[in-house]
Amino acid sequence: MSTTHGLIGKSVKRVEDRRFITGHGKYTDDIILPGQTYASFVRSPYAHAKILSVDTNAAASMPGVVAIFTGADVENVNGVPCGWQVNFKNGHHMKEPKHPLLVADKAKHVGDAIAIVIAESQAEAVDAAEAIVVEYEELPAIVDASKAVEDGAPQVHDSAPNNICFDWALGNPIEEVDAAIAASAHVTTLDFVNQRLVPNAIEPRAYNASYDQYNDKYTLYTSTQNPHLIRLLMCAFVLGIPEHRVRVVGPDVGGGFGSKIFHYTEEALLTWCTHKLRRPVKWTSTRSESFLLDAHGRDHITKADMGFDASGNITALRVKTYANLGAYLSTFASCVPSYLHGTLLQGLYTTPKINIDLVAVFTNTTAVDAYRGAGRPEATYLLERLLDLAAHEMNMDPAELRFKNFIPPFDGVTQPGYQTQVALQYDSGNYHGVLEKGLAMLGYEDFRKAQKEAANNGKLLGVGFSTYIEACGIAPSAVVGSLGARAGLYEVGHVRVQPSGKISVYTGAHSHGQGHETTFAQVVADKLGLPMEDVEIVHGDSEAVAFGMGTYGSRSLAVGGSAIIKSLEKVIEKGKKIAAHKFEANPEDVDFVEGRFVVKGTHHSAPFSDIALRAYVPHHYPAGLEPGLDFSSFYDPANFTYPFGCHIAVVEVDKETGKVQLTRFVAVDDVGNIINPMIVEGQIHGGVVQGVGQALFEGAEYDENGQLTNGSYMDYCMPRADDFPMIETASQVTPCPHNPLGVKGAGEAGCIGSTPAVVNAVIDALWSGGHKVKDIRMPLTSERVWRAMQQ
Amino acid sequence: MIPVAFDYQRAVTVDEAIAALSSGDGKILAGGHSLLPAMKLRLNQPAKLVDISKIDALKGIKEEDGEIVIGAGTTHGTIASDDLIKSKLPFFATAAALIGDVQVRNHGTIGGSLAHADPAADWGALVLAADAAIITKGSSGSRRVAAVDFFQGLFTTALEDGEIITEVRIPVPAEGTKTSYQKFSQPASRFAIVGCAIMKKADGKINIAFTGVGEVPFRDSAAESAASIEAAVTAAAEGITVMSDHFASEEYRKHLAKVYLRKALEAVA
Ligand SMILES: Cc1cc2nc3c(=O)[nH]c(=O)nc-3n(C[C@H](O)[C@H](O)[C@H](O)COP(=O)(O)OP(=O)(O)OC[C@H]3O[C@@H](n4cnc5c(N)ncnc54)[C@H](O)[C@@H]3O)c2cc1C
Repeated sequence: MSTTHGLIGKSVKRVEDRRFITGHGKYTDDIILPGQTYASFVRSPYAHAKILSVDTNAAASMPGVVAIFTGADVENVNGVPCGWQVNFKNGHHMKEPKHPLLVADKAKHVGDAIAIVIAESQAEAVDAAEAIVVEYEELPAIVDASKAVEDGAPQVHDSAPNNICFDWALGNPIEEVDAAIAASAHVTTLDFVNQRLVPNAIEPRAYNASYDQYNDKYTLYTSTQNPHLIRLLMCAFVLGIPEHRVRVVGPDVGGGFGSKIFHYTEEALLTWCTHKLRRPVKWTSTRSESFLLDAHGRDHITKADMGFDASGNITALRVKTYANLGAYLSTFASCVPSYLHGTLLQGLYTTPKINIDLVAVFTNTTAVDAYRGAGRPEATYLLERLLDLAAHEMNMDPAELRFKNFIPPFDGVTQPGYQTQVALQYDSGNYHGVLEKGLAMLGYEDFRKAQKEAANNGKLLGVGFSTYIEACGIAPSAVVGSLGARAGLYEVGHVRVQPSGKISVYTGAHSHGQGHETTFAQVVADKLGLPMEDVEIVHGDSEAVAFGMGTYGSRSLAVGGSAIIKSLEKVIEKGKKIAAHKFEANPEDVDFVEGRFVVKGTHHSAPFSDIALRAYVPHHYPAGLEPGLDFSSFYDPANFTYPFGCHIAVVEVDKETGKVQLTRFVAVDDVGNIINPMIVEGQIHGGVVQGVGQALFEGAEYDENGQLTNGSYMDYCMPRADDFPMIETASQVTPCPHNPLGVKGAGEAGCIGSTPAVVNAVIDALWSGGHKVKDIRMPLTSERVWRAMQQ
Repeated sequence: MIPVAFDYQRAVTVDEAIAALSSGDGKILAGGHSLLPAMKLRLNQPAKLVDISKIDALKGIKEEDGEIVIGAGTTHGTIASDDLIKSKLPFFATAAALIGDVQVRNHGTIGGSLAHADPAADWGALVLAADAAIITKGSSGSRRVAAVDFFQGLFTTALEDGEIITEVRIPVPAEGTKTSYQKFSQPASRFAIVGCAIMKKADGKINIAFTGVGEVPFRDSAAESAASIEAAVTAAAEGITVMSDHFASEEYRKHLAKVYLRKALEAVA
């Protein structure tokens, strides 16, 4: 359908789905280059082991083997860097032990790479890798972050005493917070674990690196969320090759959830190998490798105390967290538990005193980094669990307790933003609104009646709340720079008007499930009054797009979309000058209305395509104006954006088995202005399912030797469609006051809000049956819930 | 996820398959839903696969000589929707429909499942409760093995080298027989953490079998001889080694066995 007007707010079907649904997406593994070779790895079966010897002799003479490299070969190559520097409380830099492309001396987690085999076929590479003999001396391993800091614990890196990467604090002085807690009428305390999750993108990571020696030019195809960032990190920090000699392409990418933000060792190693071999080298992770290597999420051990006065007003929040970083510092690992977690502890509440004390710790496990929500789900979980538990303990209604403590509504335009105790300033919000709407959708009073009745009949029903806020559109470069980011976090939007008036848009954002090719085209077509078919969105190729920071943190539309808007404004401005010349009018007298340049107060007008042609065939053209209609802009936002919402879960718990059935899920989200409601709803659905996955099903299980004991889909439980009722969604719109689209971001909201709602609902169900349980460790397996009822 | 190289032979008759197995380190390939994952992880490295999935004689369900005969190559999906099964052995249909997911049910076979003898597989409990016999064939002829003699240990059965399961034969239940299969699924794989199969005969005698609970599926004779539901539940799953994993500890699994036995008994009451 080619509507030309009013595309904003329309549920336009996704243009990219034509190729995806018919199986014609083109992913990295689909790319086969002339002379292609294939890589396979020898990986440590131990979580912690000295490497005594690596014997590659037998493997080297096996059929099809092209080359084998071990840790010794890359000893002089840098490791992969961390992109965010956090300092110890005492001002010292965090510990940044080398993360080598292949380990030579000591394996630090199961899956650590010892050797790479490159062969003519994938099967030959796998066979030869099996023939490499590695002698190990197994060392005791450490997996628990709170135990890793104890004296005498196994040391992952010699350079990080007590396995501490950094310690860190934020908020009000701890003495003030301690005093406020001590003076509180009631204190709710929760010791809990926010468990480790495996990201499980449907497409495993894949890389294909090639080198054209005659032009001294590298090409890396990579399943990434941010091709330019990979190029920058790999060229400048690891391999020391000039960026203009390297093209990085992120073709179709089958999901990331954060795990494909990071610069992984294999990307750099394959690029290094292709230069040595003068042949393209491809590696596609097996699913088993994905479980062991794709950076995991969460893994916090936390103790939190929330104080209340006698009438239920929050007086203070004190948080102590151990964040498990895994064996190596992944690209953004350091900022997730600190700046993306500590800064969100205000939540939606007027809590006057807040302090978080954080210790970030190395262990013999897979690296942990940003995973859908990144820090904000952990903060939300902490706050929302405390709120519902406090309501139980103080015998108050959890919704009432929230209303009492909400920050009052503010629009960020006529009223100022809200300054938190933990560094951020919220842009705009109406927190009462989402909870009121959620309660109405749920039919709260009726539910409470039904719950009582059920309890009388021996059934356990429960309701759980979560009123969350998150920080998206990450974020002003100056701010993140002052907090330690080693990159700016602007975005690039380039609009190229073709002579015929068709539009090519180049964005630094990267779509791997989000539907940018649709949403961004809607924005552009709407602004120019053109049919959507006239707009193409190009992304993912460092050679096509000038620069970009990629897609994560729900930033693409808020930051990338805004950059495109800036360029569109430049296009229109210049178009007005060309039109003015045509009609012998003043540029100030030309308007751009519904796709036409119109001279005010006259019947003179010209369609966009006419002006575009004039820009490229400038026969009758304004003096002093360059030909062409092609603009690029960098947009650096003024602030984060702050989506928020209210999630309510209803569950039934089977008394005999502890099995939890989610029976209703209400999600009211305020993500600012909405361009495509269908895509937003899809993001919310997917996010909710992922968040419920954490609450009820998912969790990486390590044994004390550092073995991941559930590294396959037979044991790691992913949420499935038949685990869910229809998710009931609704929107509230509080526009973002500081970006031109008024959008806030929707990619992570579902995942941030839903987890505590479900756990709270189960706890509520148990209280309704007289089980005054404070916590059940996630995932809430049937056995854990059953055990909670036995106490 | 690439298996070690292997030879492949497709058989179109049972005898051809038996002959193919007699030479070298061969393994039968049926639905492949247990074997192929293990090969891809290189946990299993057969030199040769003998594919029996195209042998028509191994497929289908019929009534013959007072028995219901299920060909070993019949898929779970076929059993779930078969009219004879639904009317005469409804708990077989229930169980088949609860196996894995659609893809697994459309490929996996009852013969493959029995031969593989995964302690959490559903069919073990069913064939035990139904007094079934497993018919096997090898180079030295055919054998009829009672279900109670078939399961010998973890992934171990009475099958001998080179033998193929050809049929599962179940006496046609008399009029008035009631059956039930109650399953608590492992949430990730949907295999049974506890599966309880019950056949209540017209004369009131009850067969009770469990899968998922111990290292082999078993008939619970103590529960069978109990005088009441309450007594049966108390007696169930005692005196055996109960398995434990991160979805269900020994204690919880035993508790579930009792809960699911009660459900099954109540269903046939
Ligand atoms: C995701 C998933 C979920 C599953 N969930 C369940 C579940 O809920 N419940 C359940 O019970 N099972 C489940 N299964 C297992 C499934 O039922 C398998 O299909 C079955 O266990 C094996 O049957 P197959 O035909 O695929 O055998 P194959 O994998 O082909 O073979 C299995 C083994 O049996 C041997 N074999 C096969 N046929 C014969 C024969 N006729 N005679 C002698 N030996 C033979 C093979 O040599 C091999 O050793 C699941 C499997 C998967 C992958």
